[in-house]
Amino acid sequence: MAIEGADLIKAAAFLGAGLAMGLGAIGPGVGEGFVGGKACEAIGRKPEEAGLLTRTMLVGQAVSESTGIYSLVVALLLLFVV
Amino acid sequence: MMTFEIASMVELASFAGAGLCIGLGAIGAALGEGYTAGLANEALSSRPEKSGEILKNMLVGQAVAESAAIFALVIAILLIFLESPAESLLTASALLGAGLCMGFGAIGSGVGAGYPGGEACLGIARQPSVTARLTTNMLIGSAVCQTPAIFSMVVALMLMFMDFGSLPVSPTWAAFLGAGLSTGLAAIGSGLGGGFAAGASCGGIARNPGTFSQVTTTMLIGQAVAQTPAIFGLLISFVLMFKAFPAYSGLSVPMALLGAGICMGFGGIGPGIGNGLTAQNAVKWVARNEEATGDLTRTMLVGQAVSQSTAIYAMVISLVLIFVV
Repeated sequence: MAIEGADLIKAAAFLGAGLAMGLGAIGPGVGEGFVGGKACEAIGRKPEEAGLLTRTMLVGQAVSESTGIYSLVVALLLLFVV
Repeated sequence: MMTFEIASMVELASFAGAGLCIGLGAIGAALGEGYTAGLANEALSSRPEKSGEILKNMLVGQAVAESAAIFALVIAILLIFLESPAESLLTASALLGAGLCMGFGAIGSGVGAGYPGGEACLGIARQPSVTARLTTNMLIGSAVCQTPAIFSMVVALMLMFMDFGSLPVSPTWAAFLGAGLSTGLAAIGSGLGGGFAAGASCGGIARNPGTFSQVTTTMLIGQAVAQTPAIFGLLISFVLMFKAFPAYSGLSVPMALLGAGICMGFGGIGPGIGNGLTAQNAVKWVARNEEATGDLTRTMLVGQAVSQSTAIYAMVISLVLIFVV
């Protein structure tokens, strides 16, 4: 097998991109789901505040999403820039 | 450098795969069944006169949770005793991939199916008059929890029995390993998430039996969304198994294919659990506040859609790794 330096670096970048996005997706997925669950709980208690609660849920989830987007950006950098 | 015969590498892979398969696969069912039995004891302490019904329900719930481990046992035994054609190193990577797929894939379903079992036992103690409905709902909920384990078994069997023809060893070996990891790991989250929703629905029916149909419907919608990361994992596995990759002697293409499987596999865990957490509270509150069912279902779906986004990012990166780079 002809494994050269440049090929080895690409191999590490590809594997790293997969690991970055894969592991990086765990936290935001769980966190956003938790927010969604608590928003459902709050709407169950006070259905008349559904609008405010949905808005707050979305803002909270957007912030929780940020680390997922960092992972996506790093994965794309590893794929296309490095 | 040491050289190995292909036959001994294939044997090595099938034995290592068998060990990993049942070792990992036994984790989930044991935890889930323990949880069911724990709640059954709690239920017995509050209503000892219903011990017969509670015990029966506990055993039925545990039997469903056990099925994930039985799938893993079947695959492990097949890996040990099946005579595999030892023509190429591809067989070795496919067998190891099959073991990893079924081992990881049984974890979530085993743990998840424990939640409805336990909650149904508690529910029988709380409302003995709806025992039959609770058992029915438990069975529907825990059956849906098993689907990720079934996906894993399908992929494992395909990896074990597929005819590779004359595919090149490199990079196909990495594609087969990635295919196993993709479905196996992604199944963890969906199995757990489906269990959260099913547990809450059994608790909800016991609290307010009149909401049976709304609670079961919301549970099924929530569980269906929680299954999507496992379906993404299955999709990536199929692409990795059935796309013919041209021979490549370097390391970068195999690592891209392995990375694609790892990416989708791990990437599916979080969204699966998160979707389940959202569905859990939505189902719980449909039972407590029936009039808000519409608002709750809508909020649940919006919340789950956002939670799903990271699984979609993972799928995009996996597809880029397979088709672009």
